[in-house]
Amino acid sequence: MERLKTADVGQVAIAVVLLAGAIALLVCSLGSTKFATSTVAGVALGLVYGSLALALVLIYQATHVINFAQGELAMFTTYIAYQLIQWGLSYWEAFFATLAIAFLLGTVLQVAVIRPVQHRSVIATVIVTVGLFILIDGVVNWIWGGSFRSLPSPFGIASYDVGGVPIEHLWVWQAGVVLAGLAGVWALFRFTKLGLAMRAAALRPASAALAGVRVEVMLAIGWGLAALLGAVAGLMTEPSQYFLDQAFMQPILVYAFAAAALGGLESPAGAVVGGIAIGVLQTLMVGYVPQITSELQLPLAFALILAVLLVKPNGLFGRRQVQRV
Amino acid sequence: MRRRLPAVVSVPGVAGVLVVLPFILSSYHTFLAAEVGVFFVAVLGLNILTGYTGQISIGHGAFMAIGGYTTAVMSRDHHTNLILTILVAFAICFVVGLLFGLPALRLSGAYLALATFALAISVPQLPLQWSRYLGGSGGVQSPETKGNVWIYGAAWSVSAVLFLLAWLILRGRVGRAFRAVRDSEIAAVASGVEIGVYKTLAFGISAAYCGAAGALFVIASNGFAQPDQFNVALSLQLLIGAAVAGLGSLWGILAGAAFVGLLPNISPSVPIIGSEQGRDVVYGLLVVLVMLVLPGGLAGLPARLRSLRRGLNRKSKPVKLRGSSSQ
Amino acid sequence: MSALLELEDVEARYGPIHALHGISLAVEEGTIVAVLGPNGAGKTTTLRAVSGTVRRSGRIVFAGRALGRTGPDGAARLGIAHVPEGRGTFSELTVWENLRLGAYTRRGSIKSDVERVLTYFPWLSDRRRQQAGTLSGGEQQMLALARAFVQRPKLLLLDEPSLGLAPVLVSEIFRIVRELNDKEGLSVLVVEQNAHLALQAAQSGYVIEAGKIVLSGTSAELQADDAIRASYLGY
Repeated sequence: MERLKTADVGQVAIAVVLLAGAIALLVCSLGSTKFATSTVAGVALGLVYGSLALALVLIYQATHVINFAQGELAMFTTYIAYQLIQWGLSYWEAFFATLAIAFLLGTVLQVAVIRPVQHRSVIATVIVTVGLFILIDGVVNWIWGGSFRSLPSPFGIASYDVGGVPIEHLWVWQAGVVLAGLAGVWALFRFTKLGLAMRAAALRPASAALAGVRVEVMLAIGWGLAALLGAVAGLMTEPSQYFLDQAFMQPILVYAFAAAALGGLESPAGAVVGGIAIGVLQTLMVGYVPQITSELQLPLAFALILAVLLVKPNGLFGRRQVQRV
Repeated sequence: MRRRLPAVVSVPGVAGVLVVLPFILSSYHTFLAAEVGVFFVAVLGLNILTGYTGQISIGHGAFMAIGGYTTAVMSRDHHTNLILTILVAFAICFVVGLLFGLPALRLSGAYLALATFALAISVPQLPLQWSRYLGGSGGVQSPETKGNVWIYGAAWSVSAVLFLLAWLILRGRVGRAFRAVRDSEIAAVASGVEIGVYKTLAFGISAAYCGAAGALFVIASNGFAQPDQFNVALSLQLLIGAAVAGLGSLWGILAGAAFVGLLPNISPSVPIIGSEQGRDVVYGLLVVLVMLVLPGGLAGLPARLRSLRRGLNRKSKPVKLRGSSSQ
Repeated sequence: MSALLELEDVEARYGPIHALHGISLAVEEGTIVAVLGPNGAGKTTTLRAVSGTVRRSGRIVFAGRALGRTGPDGAARLGIAHVPEGRGTFSELTVWENLRLGAYTRRGSIKSDVERVLTYFPWLSDRRRQQAGTLSGGEQQMLALARAFVQRPKLLLLDEPSLGLAPVLVSEIFRIVRELNDKEGLSVLVVEQNAHLALQAAQSGYVIEAGKIVLSGTSAELQADDAIRASYLGY
């Protein structure tokens, strides 16, 4: 009973609205093939946004910093996958190798570049991530710039037929891989000692240290994990592009920002739900409201976010931050 | 206050150098110096918001856009005197900044940053939507164009005036209130400081400054205003400039403006650094390094050097309990 | 026989503020030692110096081992459990997760440790899934104590356990601490404003004022001391 008393009425209201939305989607999908296709595509796309958004939230929870370089890091690791394939690895070998490399890269970045500055000033840390954004862009341009490249996609362009609704293989894979990644991260945090230590280190670093947790190590692992999630997002976005282009993660990053803000920067689940919401809204808009050009989608997404933030300044699932005086 | 060259010496010194520069520099370099002046105004404004009240904005490029388009449109439609357009841009952006700052009061920290990010993305889209009036992707061209020396003069004159204005604002009650908000909102509220008023005011002022900078920017771009010029990258540049500048000194802001105004424009003839690929790598690396070594920005450089010399590095570090990871 | 914990001329600073001016004290194994003194005297800082939460200089020897620059996580691994002022429970985690965290430094199965802890705090087993932040102040204090005990420490550092709690709960907490000391041989260094309760539970004590030790002795001696009686015991 105590649990129910402390549940926020607002949270219940949001859950109800989301449930209603999901049901509406289902009903409309059953009615129209076009709607169903758009919805499925939107969910797959939204999961990709959610993966990157989750990376952002993980880092924000641990260090209270928005990592501007998250998208470019994901782009970089995607190029690494490309290179590994060029050197002879199969797609899936390259995939998993890239995940490992991404994890390593994330931890190294935290130790080398973030750790020295995160104690001193939030804005300095944010600027460091901006600097990393520019740096990574430059490095990728230096190494791979110039010629057209493309990452072979193992998913093909065929579609499944589910009750008359064409569902591209790609979407299934996108959703599947991202969900597997999210499930893995969730299991890590929920069931393992390491995951618990990481949560504790993010929530109350001083108390966690007193329990024997090496807080700085947890943060580094957190960054590694975020980079890994970003790599997944990059690799799952790439098949939709024709060519491997340096800027391909930039719009994704922006949508991920929107998703994280929508869901609440403190809520991992919120980031994923926010991502799905934005993905579905986007594909539905493209399908049904063609006046909204692709350039307009971004500002519209943000207008939506701003509206939500006005009502819930900490995002849909965010917690009110009570400041201890 | 910090022991540094008294304003009596440093300000006239800088002013003197600025007056002489156009006579020494080539036309192109004068133009670059003018760009630094434009960034000086913008970074000064953003510094008031970020440095003094601690609110992070990744969207002030939007205000530059508004200011810039104001100039272009007024010049195109009414042939208004360009200097007058700068004033109008300043005023309009002040109001818009206030209007944004008011609801923004509800947001804190990262959410505010993301909201300003939304601004940076959305505002440049407006000309594309109202293309009949605002020129669409083709942009708006002002019929008046000016030479490099004129632009330089305008940029640095405006800089001087606005620097004086900032100095007057910040040394008084308003400045103290700003600093109180940055250092501890809770304490500020407890001492009766009307936080909302000052935070919104800071937004308005910083927006106004960026508006003026935007007007100058368009004037410097041959009177041409185009959505692409005011993209997110610009807002990020401004933030970098403000952070690199640090807080509280003329030199810092000059350095910050020079950092973002000059570095990305390094001549391609310079080996490695100047090449298209090298440029970004070096710039990014420099941004990271500057923040690592000087998290207080270049304004904190004298204090940092002093403490390094004394060897008492520890004293300048903020008090932090071990085991905790962030302040 | 050397003490479990020995502090020799320990100094500590918070930036420019010099909080401890050369503290020397000892905790014998299996005893409870109280640290008394007025507000701001440096009692909390003393505990923080031991756990390494604050930078300190001087000599600290724990179980025969000099603690050089060991930080809080290192101290925990060596067998020091610090329950800070304000308890430090993780409000967003469940009771069970808080306890699990206590066992972070322990390898292997923690089942027997947890069973043991639950004998002292039997009500905890019903509340496993409850969010720790929804517990009352007294319950959180006991949870913090339980979490520290799951660590199986050699030394417990307890900071102001009575803070903000009703007298009935405070007595209960001190009863449990005495029981842990008695039955499990847990050594305790407790900082406490409530001198009466502290001296009743402890075998010996120190009085700190303005960062220096001004008085020390067995609890009987301290309880009999006139100055103590006047300033801290109120009679």
